[in-house]
Amino acid sequence: MDYIQNYQTLWFFLILILLAGYSLLDGFDLGIGALLPFLGKTKEEKDVLINSISPVWDGNEVWLITGGGALFAAFPHAYATAFSGFYLAMMLVLFALIFRAVSMEFRAYDDVRAGIWEKAFVAGSALAALLFGVALGNVVYGVPLDNKMEFTGNFFTLLRPVPLIFGITGFTAVLLQGATYAVMKTEGDLQQRAFRAVNILTAVNFVTALVYFGTIVFTFDDIFTNWMFYLAVLFTLLWLSAIFFSVRHKNDSAPFWESSFSFIGLWLVVAAVHFPNLIKASNDPMLNITIYNSSTSMQTLKLMSIIALVGMPIVIAYTIFVYRIFKGKSKSSVHY
Amino acid sequence: MSALLLARLQFAFTICFHFLFPAMTLGTALIILISETLYLIKKDETYKKITDFLVRLLGLIFVIGAATGIVMEFSFGTNWSGYSRAVGDIFGPILAAEGVIAFFLESVFLGVLLFGRNKVSRGVYWLSALLVFIGGHLSAFWIVVANSWMQTPAGYTINEAGKIILGNFSDAVFNPSTIVRYVHTIIASWVTSAVMLAGIAGYYVRKGLHGETAKTMLKVGIILFALTPLLQLGAGHAHAVKVINLQPEKAAAMEGHFNTINGAPIYALGYVDVENQKTYGIYIPKGLSFLYNFDWNSEIKGLNDYPKKDWPPVNFVFQVYHIMVGAGMAMIALGLLGAYLLWRGKLYENKFYLFILPFLIPLPHIAHETGWIAAEVGRQPWIIYKLMRTSNAASVVVSAGEITLSLIMFFIIYTLLAAMFIKIFLKIVQKGPAA
Repeated sequence: MDYIQNYQTLWFFLILILLAGYSLLDGFDLGIGALLPFLGKTKEEKDVLINSISPVWDGNEVWLITGGGALFAAFPHAYATAFSGFYLAMMLVLFALIFRAVSMEFRAYDDVRAGIWEKAFVAGSALAALLFGVALGNVVYGVPLDNKMEFTGNFFTLLRPVPLIFGITGFTAVLLQGATYAVMKTEGDLQQRAFRAVNILTAVNFVTALVYFGTIVFTFDDIFTNWMFYLAVLFTLLWLSAIFFSVRHKNDSAPFWESSFSFIGLWLVVAAVHFPNLIKASNDPMLNITIYNSSTSMQTLKLMSIIALVGMPIVIAYTIFVYRIFKGKSKSSVHY
Repeated sequence: MSALLLARLQFAFTICFHFLFPAMTLGTALIILISETLYLIKKDETYKKITDFLVRLLGLIFVIGAATGIVMEFSFGTNWSGYSRAVGDIFGPILAAEGVIAFFLESVFLGVLLFGRNKVSRGVYWLSALLVFIGGHLSAFWIVVANSWMQTPAGYTINEAGKIILGNFSDAVFNPSTIVRYVHTIIASWVTSAVMLAGIAGYYVRKGLHGETAKTMLKVGIILFALTPLLQLGAGHAHAVKVINLQPEKAAAMEGHFNTINGAPIYALGYVDVENQKTYGIYIPKGLSFLYNFDWNSEIKGLNDYPKKDWPPVNFVFQVYHIMVGAGMAMIALGLLGAYLLWRGKLYENKFYLFILPFLIPLPHIAHETGWIAAEVGRQPWIIYKLMRTSNAASVVVSAGEITLSLIMFFIIYTLLAAMFIKIFLKIVQKGPAA
């Protein structure tokens, strides 16, 4: 079955996996960043939280870099349209990612301004977490495009209510990733606070997820026959519910996995309503950027498939190896 | 200013800033690997102290390199979407391969280097040092492949619609300039870190700090400082010959040659008057021809063999290229001087040489920055040599105003990063390897 459509479909899902993987992994460290002042009350507690992510955040961010590279290689028009069209928003994402990365290092060495770097870390993490969802919401809901696949809106086009709902949904899901990760990696008072945060955030996620599903039902055509969508909704809500039970039983690792699965559910929703589109055109469905009209050649897609299907299992294997080295509770001081 | 010029300025600024950090990362990873290997074999705590000290520096260097590197990957989409649409078939997989094959490896195992000293065995720690070294060097390989393909494109075909389509990926990866550019780039990074190590250790020894550890660092630093610029002399020479063969306009601009002649001179320094097609300066007659193929009378192509609209900015390329060469020659001399002092047993007592060493730390940065500027500006007006013009590559939907705004922001943020980097770098150096 050597048709280019098969490879285009494969790459739709592989990029989805890379972005979902990014959202789960960098999700928990962005979540820790955004929640830092709410979870950590003392400097020691904040150190524990930051130390829980410092050995792994950089590897997590490579999922985004690889996802971006894969989008470039498989669907260059989608990459080009979204990145140039959302120019100022993309710049904000970059500035946010720069600050959250360097401020961890700066905070550790610059005692005088540690407070400022901490705020930069929190703000950078939160802003990045919010903007990713807004960007995704825009390509799924649709943006105005011309017949050369160029974006014809402006910065404020990106801030319409539906994309913002996507943004808030993603943001709360990231917070839940962070809180459940904190439960897994901490002890004592800090962990109790994290447990309470998980409870609250699970409830918040129920609300945002329902608003997100409702928005999709009211704004997307053909949704009533899309059984994949309803399965994905069910999947998300079931895993979210499970978190309540795990918290009640003071299970410190299950909530993280349940949160991760519910996050995957949100991605399945995107797959169900969006395939085979990459960037919908809000002005004319004929102008949609799809996997069929924006991909590279079959040779490139084949080559990329080999690189990904050989390379990513190896990456995942050594990533697990390294996570196992750092498993267990995080401490406030590390040999550094 | 036009949106195109602003986009070019932004790319130039962000890439020049970014490259300072990977240039330090690769060489530092090499020295860490050497030091950790010696620790594993000799079981001498001195080497462990050196590793731990350099790992602290690497953590700082890497974080700024990674944070500013993501900007570069995004920039092809944000600012150069015309280019991205045209080259997805070849440039895309190269960038994706960099992520999958290289950057994951480096980033994941860097976590172990930074935070795993007391959590893993010596063997696993050494392995992490090795994998960070390999990951970093593979990462550089793919990035250099991407650049080389823009300099000397290969492995592609043009289809009926005029689109660039992947032909043979191996030919694209190992295009005619990849290997020589890679070797030249890697050695530049080794030189950078060798001088950094020698500079820091020179300061310690002169101040009488950190005893034998500092002397060992200085010894390793000086040996590398003597060897790596010499290696670079060979690599740089090979690269220059390649440029003369593959991109003769660029080579002619680097040396300010307008007319094709047998027996072209080589300039030590000078000035190119493009209007009157004259180059002034100090030169060795027939020197360039001799270096090209060891024949004093070999033919070197001049710029006039090519249409003027395909010329790069000649005097600018000439100047940056000569700054690189000058800095390189200075480093060869200073490195050999250090090795001589070490051999004669006078290194640790030579206060003057030790005093100078820390001030040499910027020198390799000047060399690699100007070298890259010569390579990139020398390729103009092409973004892909003879295949696509830079003027067709920029994002059409991004306005000059938007780029002005982002460029100002980058300038402010990167200035802050630079200030903090220097501050923390000095703080780590002040604390030293004993801590």
